[in-house]
Amino acid sequence: MSDKLNVERPEVVKYRGGGFAPKPHRWVGLAVFVVLILMVELGTQTGFISNLTLPKPSDVLITFSELYESGLLWQHLIPSLSRLVIGSIIGISLGVSVGIMIGLFSYVRAGLVPLVAALFPIPKIALLPLFVIWFGIDETSKYALIAFGTFTPTVVATYGAVDNVDRTLIRMGQSFGLSWFSIVRKIVFPGALAGILSGLRISIAIAIILLVAAEMLGAEYGIGAYILEAGSLYDLERLFVGVVILSVIGLLMSAFIGYFERKLLNWRV
Amino acid sequence: MDIQLSNICHSYGSVEVIKNISFNIESGKIVCIVGPSGCGKSTLLRFIGGLERPTSGEVLQLGAVPKDSLNPMTFVFQDFALLPWRTVGGNISLVLEDHGIRGAKANKIIDDVLSRTNLADFKNALPKQLSGGMKQRVAIARALAVNPAVMLLDEPLSALDSQTRELLIDDLVDLWSKKPFTAVYVTHNLEEAVRLGHSILVLSRRPGEIREVVTIDIPLKDRGYGNAELEKQRKYLWEIMRNEAKAADLELINV
Repeated sequence: MSDKLNVERPEVVKYRGGGFAPKPHRWVGLAVFVVLILMVELGTQTGFISNLTLPKPSDVLITFSELYESGLLWQHLIPSLSRLVIGSIIGISLGVSVGIMIGLFSYVRAGLVPLVAALFPIPKIALLPLFVIWFGIDETSKYALIAFGTFTPTVVATYGAVDNVDRTLIRMGQSFGLSWFSIVRKIVFPGALAGILSGLRISIAIAIILLVAAEMLGAEYGIGAYILEAGSLYDLERLFVGVVILSVIGLLMSAFIGYFERKLLNWRV
Repeated sequence: MDIQLSNICHSYGSVEVIKNISFNIESGKIVCIVGPSGCGKSTLLRFIGGLERPTSGEVLQLGAVPKDSLNPMTFVFQDFALLPWRTVGGNISLVLEDHGIRGAKANKIIDDVLSRTNLADFKNALPKQLSGGMKQRVAIARALAVNPAVMLLDEPLSALDSQTRELLIDDLVDLWSKKPFTAVYVTHNLEEAVRLGHSILVLSRRPGEIREVVTIDIPLKDRGYGNAELEKQRKYLWEIMRNEAKAADLELINV
């Protein structure tokens, strides 16, 4: 038996257990951005991409620095950010509270889940004229639109997260005689936090979309107004400056939530 | 404080799961409940702890609840039920906070129960850092922190491997020998039952009735691993249970 083994080298068992385990590779994401932008730059420089199709990334950068130097950047950015923050805070805090109520009380669930399901698919942008009538053309209607848009996805994410809280932990709380309020605050809410935070990613993306829509309809300053103006003049450089600013806001918000997730959910396995 | 079960019956819809169980749990003794799966032993424990209500019959507390007991009926669960976002110390503090015990007073209790369960060095660890056996020790420490009149252990060692189980049996014997406590211990493992039970309640298959009550007089400390007398008792229990378990295994689950 052993002679045979010596003659023919035994085959090594083939490894087949790899993959399906995402690992963080920070630089890859950045590299994709850089490569894409370089390709567009090269294409526009050589004329392969006509300047009616896409602006030169370098021109976009120049336009951005002009915007920054003229001080107009902050004039557009600050109202936009304050609308975004105030609107989403209203929508998200209402959404989280209603979601928790739905998760905890069967009557609230029976009453509100169909309502939320009916509200969710409505394109909130379609309601903007209505909001303008209700709340006026000024800031309030913009807050309302963003709040309403972030409210429904937050509710759905929150009550789903509350439903997924480990029932044995709640049983444990009851068996130690914890008060109802303590169980909600110390067991249900922290248990649901992971689901709530991942719902926030979606809510905030929706908030940015609605912000632009609201500003396109009636705002003197704001990223949306800036993009609308550039678009109607077919000023591609300025249009892209606006779009890039929105992307960056989205990225920063997402990074912000990621930071909170790492801070608050470090207990996860 | 003694606990009396009087005529407990329970059914889910038309399915009778527990029938006419009456029994007394004496203070300072460990009662083990064994029986085939689905015989309602865990349900019975939840009745004793007030987490569920029987269809008829009642659980009575005889005598006054000890004054220093924060939570007279205290559970230890099979799956530990630790809050993963709280440290070992935080998990114990959780059950004290609602009684207004915080700060130095809470720390004193926490340190005391952690040292009794040999966990003193793990106060700031998160549950994810602990092995199964350690997690169950934390759950036992948490139960001790509220000074229970009766400990209700629901298959506490069933999620652990056999070596860890052996270690934890020794720990429980140790704890009891230092300071006897009253406990109801539900298990399907007859070895655990003969090692820890002063009396062993054998339930029949569904609907669960008391088949037999076996008492073992050997002191807990002398019930080492491989004790011949215990082995005899274990075999005897298995003889009683064997056919019940076989029949229970063949039943369709329709609860």
